[in-house]
Amino acid sequence: MITTIGLGSCVGIAIRDKQSKVGGLVHVMLPSSKEVRSTGNIAKFADTGIPELVRRLEKMGASRSRMVAKIAGGATMFAFQSKSELTGVGDRNVAATKAALKALNIPILAEDTGANYGRTVTFNPETGDYEVKAVGKPIKVI
Amino acid sequence: MAEDGRLTIEEMSDQYFDVLKEIGNIGAGNATTALSTMLGTRVDMMVPKVRLMEFKEVGTTLGGEDQLVAGIYLVVDGDIHGSIMFMQKKESARAMVQKLMGMPSEGDDFSEMELSALKEIGNVITGAYLNSLSTLTNLTIYPSVPDICIDMAGAILSVPAIEFGAISDKMLLIQTDFADDDDLSGYFILVPDEESDAKILHALGF
Repeated sequence: MITTIGLGSCVGIAIRDKQSKVGGLVHVMLPSSKEVRSTGNIAKFADTGIPELVRRLEKMGASRSRMVAKIAGGATMFAFQSKSELTGVGDRNVAATKAALKALNIPILAEDTGANYGRTVTFNPETGDYEVKAVGKPIKVI
Repeated sequence: MAEDGRLTIEEMSDQYFDVLKEIGNIGAGNATTALSTMLGTRVDMMVPKVRLMEFKEVGTTLGGEDQLVAGIYLVVDGDIHGSIMFMQKKESARAMVQKLMGMPSEGDDFSEMELSALKEIGNVITGAYLNSLSTLTNLTIYPSVPDICIDMAGAILSVPAIEFGAISDKMLLIQTDFADDDDLSGYFILVPDEESDAKILHALGF
């Protein structure tokens, strides 16, 4: 079981090879490593973090062609956040996540993204269950 | 040092920290006076703690990433650009709103009225802090209308963390404890953008 607590506008991407049951979770904060100066931590960005997770899963014996993904997060926590820019960073994170997965040919099986609340996610690579918890809401398994 | 020769946040001197701490101190002092007037009681204040910490540690400081907190967030404009956030554990926010409104606050959620009161408290406190920053640096600072969100600390912190994330993995946290019989402590996070950091440093003679 892999957990990440309190995803706000960040996105938690769970990737798994259904056959070998090798899977992992990456938590990205920003859409692109190309827009910023400090790029020390590649796991922080959708465009670098997702390929890195895939690379590590392949190293552990997963096959790219069998990989599937589930994504959660990308909320807009404060109402005016979305007004200050054309689109909020949550939406941009979700869009960049989808683009990165598409580029790697990894299909998205399910998603729970957007809205205005935080999510705690738990991924079970054995079964592929991706559990999403939010404050005051029933637990969702996608 | 960053490629353009500017100091990164990790390299800021102890002196700069002392200045920020002092600004925090004066700001919190003003905030205490304002709070005391609003609440109609005496409010004491501890010396603020200023710390540079990893995002993860900030969550822990607030009682874990899944701790429920109230975050009041404002965008700052004028000579500097950035954002400021005032955070309180949900229980502290509740204690404060009860004092302000003079009636018990019940249920899991806050009423519209209580949310509005919390926004106002956040407004007064961040305003006091920004005022002292503005006075000391002679920079014009306009805060926006505040917005409030009550959720897991991790989710709320991701908002300033993302803004900081573009330049660093760490953020500056100012902790202010308003001493009272109840726990009324709160935390500020000030997020100036890169240019503004340089402007503040320059205005302070660094």
